[in-house]
Amino acid sequence: MVKKLQKVDAVIVGSGWTGGIAAAELTKAGYNVVILERGGDKKHEDFVGTKDELRYSKRYDLMQDLNKTTITSRNSMDKEAIPVRNNSNARLGNHTGGAGNHWNGMAFRWLPYDFEIYSKTVERYGKGKIPKNSTMQDWGISYDELEPYYDKYEKTAGISGEENPIGPPRSDKYPNPPMKMTPTIRLFSEATKELGYHPYRIPSANNSQTYTNPDGEKINGCVYCAFCEEYGCDFGAKADPIGTVLATASKTGKLEIRNGANVNRVSHDGSKANGLVYTDITTGQEFEQPADLVVLAGFVFTNTQLLLTSKIGTPYNPATGQGIIGKNFTGHFNNLSTYIGARGFFEDKKFNNFMGTGGLGASIDDFSGDNEDHTDLDYLHGYEVHYSQLGTRPIAHNEVPDGTPRWGKEFKKQSLKYFNRNLFITAQSGFLPNKTTYMDLDPTYKDALGNPLLRVTVTYDQQDRNRAKAGVARCEEIMKQMGADDMHVDVVKDDIEFDHKFYTDHFFGGTIMGSDPSNSAVNTYSQMWDMDNLFVVGGSTFPHNSNYNPTVTIGAFAYRAAEGMIKFLKEGGNVAQAALETNA
Amino acid sequence: MASDRRDDTAQGNAQHQQDLSRRKFLKNSGLLAGGLVGGGLFGGLLTGSLEKKEEKKKIATVKKESMVMEARQFFSRQHDFDVLTAATEQIFPEDEHGPGAIKLGVPYYIDKQLAGRWGINGRDYRHSPYAVKLDDTDKSAGPAGEQSILDRGDIFMLGLRKLDDESQKRFKIGFDEAEEEQQIEILQDFDDGKVAMNGVTSAEFFNLLLQATLEGAYSDPLYGGNKDMEGWKMKEFPGAQASYAGYIEQEEFKKLEPVSLRDYQGH
Repeated sequence: MVKKLQKVDAVIVGSGWTGGIAAAELTKAGYNVVILERGGDKKHEDFVGTKDELRYSKRYDLMQDLNKTTITSRNSMDKEAIPVRNNSNARLGNHTGGAGNHWNGMAFRWLPYDFEIYSKTVERYGKGKIPKNSTMQDWGISYDELEPYYDKYEKTAGISGEENPIGPPRSDKYPNPPMKMTPTIRLFSEATKELGYHPYRIPSANNSQTYTNPDGEKINGCVYCAFCEEYGCDFGAKADPIGTVLATASKTGKLEIRNGANVNRVSHDGSKANGLVYTDITTGQEFEQPADLVVLAGFVFTNTQLLLTSKIGTPYNPATGQGIIGKNFTGHFNNLSTYIGARGFFEDKKFNNFMGTGGLGASIDDFSGDNEDHTDLDYLHGYEVHYSQLGTRPIAHNEVPDGTPRWGKEFKKQSLKYFNRNLFITAQSGFLPNKTTYMDLDPTYKDALGNPLLRVTVTYDQQDRNRAKAGVARCEEIMKQMGADDMHVDVVKDDIEFDHKFYTDHFFGGTIMGSDPSNSAVNTYSQMWDMDNLFVVGGSTFPHNSNYNPTVTIGAFAYRAAEGMIKFLKEGGNVAQAALETNA
Repeated sequence: MASDRRDDTAQGNAQHQQDLSRRKFLKNSGLLAGGLVGGGLFGGLLTGSLEKKEEKKKIATVKKESMVMEARQFFSRQHDFDVLTAATEQIFPEDEHGPGAIKLGVPYYIDKQLAGRWGINGRDYRHSPYAVKLDDTDKSAGPAGEQSILDRGDIFMLGLRKLDDESQKRFKIGFDEAEEEQQIEILQDFDDGKVAMNGVTSAEFFNLLLQATLEGAYSDPLYGGNKDMEGWKMKEFPGAQASYAGYIEQEEFKKLEPVSLRDYQGH
């Protein structure tokens, strides 16, 4: 029996960056907000003294426990999907703060090209350049329209960076100076400069100095302890939702975070959302939390699964191309769009590889997005090449030159020798949406509460392989220039397929945004076209993937969505309608 | 040595047998060439002519001094543990750079891990149907037998006994007693997926064994491996340092005394 609770102004799924931003803005505007978070309660105190590679990087202590729920995965529609059973293949955020606790803090903006990819491609190369299988489309918003929200997010998180010589226009400089310059970052920067490229320091949410954000939240200066990805920050020096937006919302006295609350579906009457139905996982009791405004701010998989199980919107059908929910799944796939590149081994140089922090490094944008002329290239979109000094940890890092056995005497000797004598640079590339890369509900596997698991089907397109090859070749060129004595260069095979590793946490699509209900689930304020008091926020609304890390763009769209939510609570209706009428 | 063998209760021939196999194992695992020869336990085992009483005393002394004299939580059969010990030492052998798996406490680390949540795949999705035979492209979803119905403890038991069976079949001797080259040959065949197993491939078992051995060599000593941070020292990894802000811009390599979580959290 579902127990109905007292109505609130807004109820939100998830307490990560998007849910946190929505909560901060709504509570500051005077609304009462309940966040339903299926993970446990986390405070900064939980992150003190947790420099433990085994617990966090190998046993995934902060990640979503897959014994309750996971996803299933396959390479094509004619196959049966198999569940991703182990965290070593799926590193998904969980607990208060979500993935915002354990991100590295790489804080890139995306390019103007990204938001208008279809029209800009047609404009520059003609319609014939769009691959047949592609479902790429404009987002219904321009970079210039999004820019103020980028600025707002960067100031909330205290992003530390320097101006990118070929980056998109900015209304203001970064709120904090860039992170420290280290010898290896200098080596990468000098090599890329000599090759005629334009290196710049990676913008970082690991604050370069103590900073107080516009909401009055203090973020400490980073001490470069090298435990960032997969770890909460020991020093409160990495911008995360707990220390910023959730703290801001809590101060108003209008936020309640309910942990252990697993949302099962959106209750609705077909045109209005009534609230969220969830299970209290400590008792098994099911509750309905009614609200005027319902916000899905979960991860890509959560948002898509909730719409499908709640029967809201039309599920995407890859056979007909009809329907939206589940469409345009993209990501940074481990063996194709990130974590591949060139590793250099140095005989006479020894580096302080074990020092670092999550957002420390340098990047070049000469090949990002459409910065390179693609007329004669067999792919669209591009790649950024970066070197980052995250801090190498000893269980994970046992790199040895090609030809070395992977265990035994010779392995031990070489892995000890090269631990501090190797550097890796990677080409992170865009992945463009295609007809057969999508999400739907799995017909076989269920979660611990009996809900069907989300099924992911990923088919690599030839152009995605071509782009990855070009990126790796560029890494090889740069690593050579950096003076490596020996190199391991990753090989992108012509028949490479998705390896079912959902490790990067950079996934998109399923509830995509647009200017028109015919090709999108939400408007550019993240409001559902066919249910105006339901907002779906986060990476699930991105029609494609860029070559950059996504968090800042997710944050920017969350600020825009929050503006839309407040407008909706005041005026009702479709908040993008006015803008549409102006355009018409 | 990697054993908590109850020498004091062993009898006559059985004791002699064990001593012989221990001697062979020592030889095979390269420990004889290392610094252990002449230590109380091994000296006693090698001469074999010491009085029981005296040997007992020496063993007790060594037990106190040695890091590996812990108790097993997961493995009930000594021989399984001996096979594990021999296998991990081949994967991460003692050499001129420093200790191998045995001296680092890796077998005990693995024993503890298998006895806990990791050993029963406590964080993993464990609902049927399970897929045992997968296409090549799908296999990468299942490193270390992820798609198997077997848990990690099951896989270790099956794998270690298969290692021993293979050794018996090929060389008429237990895996832990086989020569170094024989052990390597068998392990390589497991790594290459050439040995038939039920429910999991030999390569999946080997991946699990390899992963666990490296974890035991390099995780914080609080888990029972990486004894005295010797794994980190060999690798010049300084552990749980509070901050590198003072050094990170410097050009030269910075050698630091490692810090464990015991130092870091125990303030």
